[in-house]
Amino acid sequence: MTETFVVPEVELSGVSKRYPNGRIVLDSVNLTIAKGEFVTLLGPSGCGKSTVLKLISGLTSPSSGRIQVDGMTPKNARETVSYIFQDATLLPWRTVRQNVGLSLELESVNGDRRKQTTAALLDLVGLEQVGEAYPRELSGGMKMRVSLARALATNPRLLLMDEPFAALDEMTRDRLNEELLRLRSEQQWTAVFVTHSVAEAVFLSTRIVVLAANPGRILNVVPVDFSTARTAALRSAREFGEKVLQVSRTLREAFPQ
Amino acid sequence: MNANRTLQQQLITAANALGVFAALLLLWQLVLWIFRVPPFMLPSPWAVARAVVARFPALTTSLSITAEEAGGGLLASIVVGVIIALLFAQSRWVRRMLYPYTILLQTVPIVAIAPLILMWVGAGTASVALIAFIISLAPVIANTTQGLISVDENLVNLFLMHNASPRQLLFKLRLPHAVPSLFVGIRIASGISVIGAITGELYAGSSQIGQGGLGYSILYASSQLQTDYLFALVLAATVLGFAFFFVVMFLEWHFLHRWHESARAQETE
Repeated sequence: MTETFVVPEVELSGVSKRYPNGRIVLDSVNLTIAKGEFVTLLGPSGCGKSTVLKLISGLTSPSSGRIQVDGMTPKNARETVSYIFQDATLLPWRTVRQNVGLSLELESVNGDRRKQTTAALLDLVGLEQVGEAYPRELSGGMKMRVSLARALATNPRLLLMDEPFAALDEMTRDRLNEELLRLRSEQQWTAVFVTHSVAEAVFLSTRIVVLAANPGRILNVVPVDFSTARTAALRSAREFGEKVLQVSRTLREAFPQ
Repeated sequence: MNANRTLQQQLITAANALGVFAALLLLWQLVLWIFRVPPFMLPSPWAVARAVVARFPALTTSLSITAEEAGGGLLASIVVGVIIALLFAQSRWVRRMLYPYTILLQTVPIVAIAPLILMWVGAGTASVALIAFIISLAPVIANTTQGLISVDENLVNLFLMHNASPRQLLFKLRLPHAVPSLFVGIRIASGISVIGAITGELYAGSSQIGQGGLGYSILYASSQLQTDYLFALVLAATVLGFAFFFVVMFLEWHFLHRWHESARAQETE
């Protein structure tokens, strides 16, 4: 048994999605994501970026084609997948601590372990001071941290993120991006990320998938690799600027003339 | 500093309310003096106050009878209303099929069916509570249903992503989400349950002569031309309505002030 057969983390083969009204949201998309990758889907509105996440999570089914997550159907793989939505989607009647514990609670993790994990995660995202606060008392950035902590609490292999920082100001967004990478280096999950921001995509990703709209399809795939570490300083580095330019150029092709 | 200021504001509000009250009493007395209204048409504020004191035991008995009927009807409407709302929240199909009947519940004139209920259930507390229940039911159903089904789609998706059971979806998401709406329903219902009970008593007031709730006593007092006592009864009915309203407001504040905007708005007002 020396042969190791590598199962890709996510595999979409010939996936199409049509709405009942006939509109084609995605047209035969092929995409393979390996373990440990950070893949960003980038493209104009209506290119089906969010639909790809919904398909990988099994929240919606494809009209044709096949999707596998860790060698299973999306629904069966859910135990190891976490989803972060554009809004923080916190339960307003629960404290921060109870919100972070929600994912574990739903998966029936027992009390003591849940308490420990929740405390550790609050610590990890820098929210230990506001554990007993209610969501309405928090800023947008802090809410997103809670959402992130909740998603990581179940120790996922795969993290799906649908424009999680789109509603935040740029400073907060940059800081959360740095934090996201720090968490990833500690926890080693695979990520599929959706954004409108080229700079955000370049900063975070190991690979950027550029999509075009009408019908939604993959236009280009841009690998991203830097010689320096991905810290705040990277944003002012020359290679970063060049990459942003390259991706922007590709993205422009995605828009009809 | 801040606490002092809010206390000061509350005192000013209270003083204003008392001022309006005093002005109304004065106006009332002036009308009596200027137009020389006979006391059986409009008694003086002083005569009403005397009637309250003189017949206090009878007044509180009537008040407590009506309070029990309205309270019983209201509690029943909350329990039954929430159960029906849970049924409605199950599917759009069920809602479409049954919703017209809740509108029926709201539009049927209670005055018109009160004699029927009297005939079926018999005179007394039970039929009055039943009338209060029927009239309070619709707002509880409508508001609770709205709260149960208006949950953000992504919150449902979040629960699904963590393999939540239907039970968890209901008890950890839909029901807590519906609590603010439920309270809106209860607030409306609490006011009309008192009205329903008094209306009911006008028809089905009492199984004993001379002893009944506020509505029954109002009829009795008016037939005897005891207008001062009639005013005292109306006053008691108002007090009862206020009491219901404040109990509901307090419960709403108690359960919601930590997380919900509506309860918070009441705090800062």
